[in-house]
Amino acid sequence: MNPEFPQNTGCCEKPDEPAQAITIAPKPIVEKHQPEEVCCGSPPGPASLEFEKPGYALLDFVEGFVETPVGSVPRVKTAFKWPDYTGTIKVRLGINRDQFKIAPGLYCVGTPDSKAPVLVTANYKLTFDVLRKELASLNAWILVLDTRGINVWCAAGKDLFSTAEVVRRVNLSELKKVVVHNQLILPQLAATGVAAHHVKKESGFKVIWGPVRAKDIRSFLTNGLKAEKSMRQVTFTTRDRVVLIPVELAHLPKPSLWILVTAFLISGIGTHVFSFPAAWARGIMLTIAYVTGILAGAVAVPVLLPWIPGRSFALKGAILGILGGAGIVVLFQSNVRVFGALALMLCTTAISSYLAMNFTGSTPFTSPSGVEKEMRKAIPMQAVALLLAIVAWVGSAFAG
Amino acid sequence: METFRYLPGVTTLRLDEKDCTGCGICEIVCPHGVFLLHNKKARIHDIDGCMECGACAKNCPTEAIGVSPGVGCAAYIIQTWIKGKNAAACDGVECC
Repeated sequence: MNPEFPQNTGCCEKPDEPAQAITIAPKPIVEKHQPEEVCCGSPPGPASLEFEKPGYALLDFVEGFVETPVGSVPRVKTAFKWPDYTGTIKVRLGINRDQFKIAPGLYCVGTPDSKAPVLVTANYKLTFDVLRKELASLNAWILVLDTRGINVWCAAGKDLFSTAEVVRRVNLSELKKVVVHNQLILPQLAATGVAAHHVKKESGFKVIWGPVRAKDIRSFLTNGLKAEKSMRQVTFTTRDRVVLIPVELAHLPKPSLWILVTAFLISGIGTHVFSFPAAWARGIMLTIAYVTGILAGAVAVPVLLPWIPGRSFALKGAILGILGGAGIVVLFQSNVRVFGALALMLCTTAISSYLAMNFTGSTPFTSPSGVEKEMRKAIPMQAVALLLAIVAWVGSAFAG
Repeated sequence: METFRYLPGVTTLRLDEKDCTGCGICEIVCPHGVFLLHNKKARIHDIDGCMECGACAKNCPTEAIGVSPGVGCAAYIIQTWIKGKNAAACDGVECC
């Protein structure tokens, strides 16, 4: 995922491997004579590629095929092209996120032979893209599992990137006929779902635990399959946290609609039973308090996570919520009095605390025991704060 | 990951040192450096770094490690409270 990672470290000279029985498919472009005169319309596009098949579409990231004893294996590009970027941006925004997957099976990069390493990965396209991007000028097989389009760690947690799936895919792809060794390199984060000793027993293949991040795979391969300590530990950089924000926000529009309808309705309640001008004027203020709660809990908390005091996420969210709420009160100081100010502040704090608590699911360091512990304390407090906010808000309309 | 610390004293992780053969796989698979090999035995070096992912227990060949694994995700835990452990799913929530 790190774009700064050097693509060319000069470590990829072809190792001294004897020529193997595997033949490489000829270059895809078929030379064809081009008509010199254009009779109608613009000149024709390029001729069909040699490996195009009737009824099949060639995927953007495939650049050719390598012939193996088990048939042709797609060779994938290691350079990112425009469709890869647009696909990544879309999925980060939560568009079509559940369908962003590729067909499981055997792929390769470069010109691997029967001694080339086998890298095992998930079939979430973002995961696959991050991996192949790091493999420029390397020769390797890539065994893609069917993890239902879910990334390595989450799929391992759901038992999709599992011992059974590794064994199944090794057998289905007839890997034993493609390589002469018996090693599989798995991403370390798959260890939650894969028991290495069981894979060995059931498939004959030995699992080598690769680094956590794809960006370290090159040094892992060139350092004799050794990972440094830093390659074995997860990190959660500012960039890692920022890219998660759009997806956090993408879940909000639906519940927000109901929340805002309610906000405008309760804003209209007052001495005249219900007043539309009041619903509008006071509803806007409540909406701004709600949006501030979202910005504090789902945007500011992820970005500022390591610097906000406290261990509990609900507390971190509450702290930023109070700050945001104070800002709202200053903004509306001429429009609200004590009860109204209290209501706006409680609303922002409760929303921010709740959303920050939900961010636990996106981090790589929160334990379920810990999350449950903080939720048992925080949810009642958030509920009470929200209830008090409603009471104070409606009350403030009568206190006039 | 020393820059991020979560609630201390909550993990369900346990290590039975007498069953440990010192193979070191726990030290390799743990993404938070919780284990360290000492005198050919695994030792819990940083228990509060544990996020209960379960990688160590899954890969321990002698079952010397135990942990109640799961995802530390509030939205998921809410679902387990409402629907029960088996019906809960991550669909539509932001964890994974």
